[in-house]
Amino acid sequence: MIPELGQFALILALLLAIAQVVFGLSGAARRDPAWMAAARSAVVGQFVFVALAFGALAWAFVERDFSVKYVAYNSHSELPLFYRIAAVWGAHEGSLLLWSLCLSAWTLAVTAASASLDPPFRSRVLGFLGVISVGFQLFMLTTSNPFERLVPAATEGADLNPLLQDFALAVHPPILYLGYVGFSVAFAFACATLLEGRLDAAWARWTRPWTLAAWLFLTIGISLGSWWAYYELGWGGWWFWDPVENASFMPWLAGTALIHSLAVTEKRGLFKSWTLLLAVAAFSLSLLGTFLVRSGVLISVHAFATDPKRGIFILSFLTLVIGGALVLYAWRAPRLKSSAAFEGTSRESFLLFNNAFLVAALALILLGTLYPLFMDAFELGKVTVGAPWFNLMFLVPMLPLVLLLGVGMHAAWKRGLLSSLKTRLYAAAGLAIAGAILISAAAYADLKPMTTLGFALALWVMLSSLLIPLARLRARQPMPAAVIGMVIAHFGVGLATLGITGVQSYKVEKDFALGIGEAATIAGYDFRLSALRSVRGPNYGAVEADVVVSHGGRPVTVLHPQKRFYDSGGNAMTEAGIEVGAARDLFAALGDDLGQGRWSVRLQYKPLIRYVWLGAILIALGGAIAALDRRYRLRVAAAARDAVVSAAP
Amino acid sequence: MTPRRKRLLAVLAIVAGVGIATALAMLAFRDNLLYFYNPTQVLAGDAPTGRTFRIGGMVTEGSLKRTAGTLLVQFVVTDYQHSVPVRYEGLLPDLFKEGKGVIAHGHMTESGEFAADEVLAKHDENYMPPEVAASLHTPTPARVSQ
Amino acid sequence: MKLPLRFLIPALAFAVLVGFFVVGLHRDPGEIPSPLIGKAAPAFSLESLGDPGWKVGSADFQGRPWVLNVWATWCVGCREEHAAMLEIARENRVPIMGLNWRDDRALALRWLSQLGNPYVSVAFDPEGHVAIDWGVYGAPETFLIDAGGRVVRKRIGPMTPAIWARDFAPLLPPRTAVP
Repeated sequence: MIPELGQFALILALLLAIAQVVFGLSGAARRDPAWMAAARSAVVGQFVFVALAFGALAWAFVERDFSVKYVAYNSHSELPLFYRIAAVWGAHEGSLLLWSLCLSAWTLAVTAASASLDPPFRSRVLGFLGVISVGFQLFMLTTSNPFERLVPAATEGADLNPLLQDFALAVHPPILYLGYVGFSVAFAFACATLLEGRLDAAWARWTRPWTLAAWLFLTIGISLGSWWAYYELGWGGWWFWDPVENASFMPWLAGTALIHSLAVTEKRGLFKSWTLLLAVAAFSLSLLGTFLVRSGVLISVHAFATDPKRGIFILSFLTLVIGGALVLYAWRAPRLKSSAAFEGTSRESFLLFNNAFLVAALALILLGTLYPLFMDAFELGKVTVGAPWFNLMFLVPMLPLVLLLGVGMHAAWKRGLLSSLKTRLYAAAGLAIAGAILISAAAYADLKPMTTLGFALALWVMLSSLLIPLARLRARQPMPAAVIGMVIAHFGVGLATLGITGVQSYKVEKDFALGIGEAATIAGYDFRLSALRSVRGPNYGAVEADVVVSHGGRPVTVLHPQKRFYDSGGNAMTEAGIEVGAARDLFAALGDDLGQGRWSVRLQYKPLIRYVWLGAILIALGGAIAALDRRYRLRVAAAARDAVVSAAP
Repeated sequence: MTPRRKRLLAVLAIVAGVGIATALAMLAFRDNLLYFYNPTQVLAGDAPTGRTFRIGGMVTEGSLKRTAGTLLVQFVVTDYQHSVPVRYEGLLPDLFKEGKGVIAHGHMTESGEFAADEVLAKHDENYMPPEVAASLHTPTPARVSQ
Repeated sequence: MKLPLRFLIPALAFAVLVGFFVVGLHRDPGEIPSPLIGKAAPAFSLESLGDPGWKVGSADFQGRPWVLNVWATWCVGCREEHAAMLEIARENRVPIMGLNWRDDRALALRWLSQLGNPYVSVAFDPEGHVAIDWGVYGAPETFLIDAGGRVVRKRIGPMTPAIWARDFAPLLPPRTAVP
């Protein structure tokens, strides 16, 4: 009963989404207040019904209703409650429902917060958001219905993939989707602006906090995925340049370029058409990512047997939405002229470089991700692009970006850099280089040029960021939230760079065959296998090892890696034993019983790896603080006054 | 320099930059593109000698041999028409099983054995995104559930 | 009104990309075709599921086309395709032999008695040796073998009436030719 109600709710949501599009776009064209109001009501209704549908699916999982096919494939009677709920978005159909829920939530938020916007513009934004909603709901109802029944019903479910039975990976999709989907707001704003053919600075001020919010969710989502991969997959890797990872990283790069470009458009009215294009691109990359992951078009070790009908639907939807937006851009963007002069070392100039390098990185990653597809289309063979290629291609534009970041933060609008500033920057640079050499030589006793460069750039950015609050405190100047946010976020970039440089340069990973009492040494740490035992968890049995770690004879810790066997059957799963440290992580994973009393063990030494995620958290935190800056809320009121004045006939 | 000249120079610089970057990228591809071959192709000589490539197929049942007490494993990968022996020193992925799909990354040795430096099981979770569609094709469980 | 060409570049680039995707979708790179197609069906002889004293095998249908359906009680997709298998059995155009794979005999028999039995006979393969010979790596899988004993079609995943009608039924001899 409830699943049928859920499906019905989804149908109603689709109808309301259609209404949202029709009333939103034609209401604006006709300047009809009643129609525009109807569009807003449709938004509220759509959210209610999508939420109901989501609730219905969640209920089916909680109640273990195996007569629903999706539940039967992704759940199990012994699955703990938390994971029964997380299983709602554990596979294709349910995750689409999550997409839809996030989209209707964002749309509702935009509706609520946009009362001071010019009504036709606001209406168009809602109309465009509605187009996307229609697409996803139609996709679900025609090809991927989460409420489809299984007749006869299964007596037991196939269980949620044990890898997904983990807290981080359970919350990772909702946060990630809030990010992906959040870019649709900037996208809709851009389309509405292009349609109206005029862009004022207020548009950028409006779009910026929404974009920041979506971007920071995406930052957290990607970091969660990386952190999860590190501790859960048992192999200690934290980034693989896998097509699926790239699918989330590319929108992030576009989003980063966008928030910086918006700054220029907001402050100086420049880069208008470029910013609009980026806003379209960011969400387009989100949609593209969805396509790549669900259509099975990319060769990957994770090729899944997906229905080609789904691939065709997404591709058609993609073509319509992205193609439509790009055609709109080609038609309208030429009208938007912006011309103002700016100095070579002005903030505008640095932000231009920032965008250039970010887009370069984005383009290269896109190339690497799609290259296998091109090769296969021309029947040139089945290939994969290895991680070393991506590492190199990403590094090349990132090095100058990070270097310039340290200077650009201090640049003023329009004018060149103050000479007083230059002295302080040189000092910071000197300290950074000295510090880098010190770290490489003293802490790791291994001076490599690229590594020292990496450390130097990281320290440079961190020190440079700190110069700003220092200067402001001295001059007793206030620091608005936007500046605090920027400082924190950029400091986070430096910290992440520190972590990445450290772990990539000095990590050690080796496999060993160890028997009880035997030890192996990596990076000066001794790992001794001291015991093996059987243990039980709520829905699994496992072999657990005690690995005693010592350094220079002194005990450091005992790790407890496990090899789990879930009751519902299926393959074994590795749970690594990890010791977290400020300077390094120590890592042990159990392999297999090798006979003769020995087990295979993977041991890893991962220096500075925690800073990768700590840096990412700071980046997201900085974004959150910046988004809450008063000027977005103050100016909203001012814009409302202006809108009222200008809208008068 | 006039603003227009400046802009022209900027455009030229960008185009040049893009050109160089693309060229470098393509060059870098050559060493980093991993081609995939099945055992039949490998035995027919299609796979490059001396270079790393990927071989994939099914693990022949009963072919998994461990040298007891060491990390060395050997198994046979087949496409039901031809088979290639594989040797690997290290931990096998959780999903690795005889009778299931496998992809190995490495090179052919003179002895006709494939020396793998990485082994991935099909549907391997070296990275498993949450969006993975539930396969309608259920692999066999270790135990029959009651 | 001049339309600067550079504004069209993103749209054009996207169009090219879509072109590649369309080609890519039609190529289905995830599918590894069964190397068994066109080859002789691997011979086997196993205990019947219902009666351990009775043997069933590939020779039972010599000279006529038949279907081998790999299934198990732990397989959710098998439950899903069961209705389709019953319907195909009702049509009575070709006999279906079940291969009960890595399963428990009692559970399997109960499953059939509760849900219906589309099989002319069921071979019991608890260790999976025969399944391996046939290249089976998951359930359900369905094979069509022609009158000459060659495997002509394989379906990986649940069978549906649509797939049967599109991929399997056309390969069967016309009704009048059935002996």
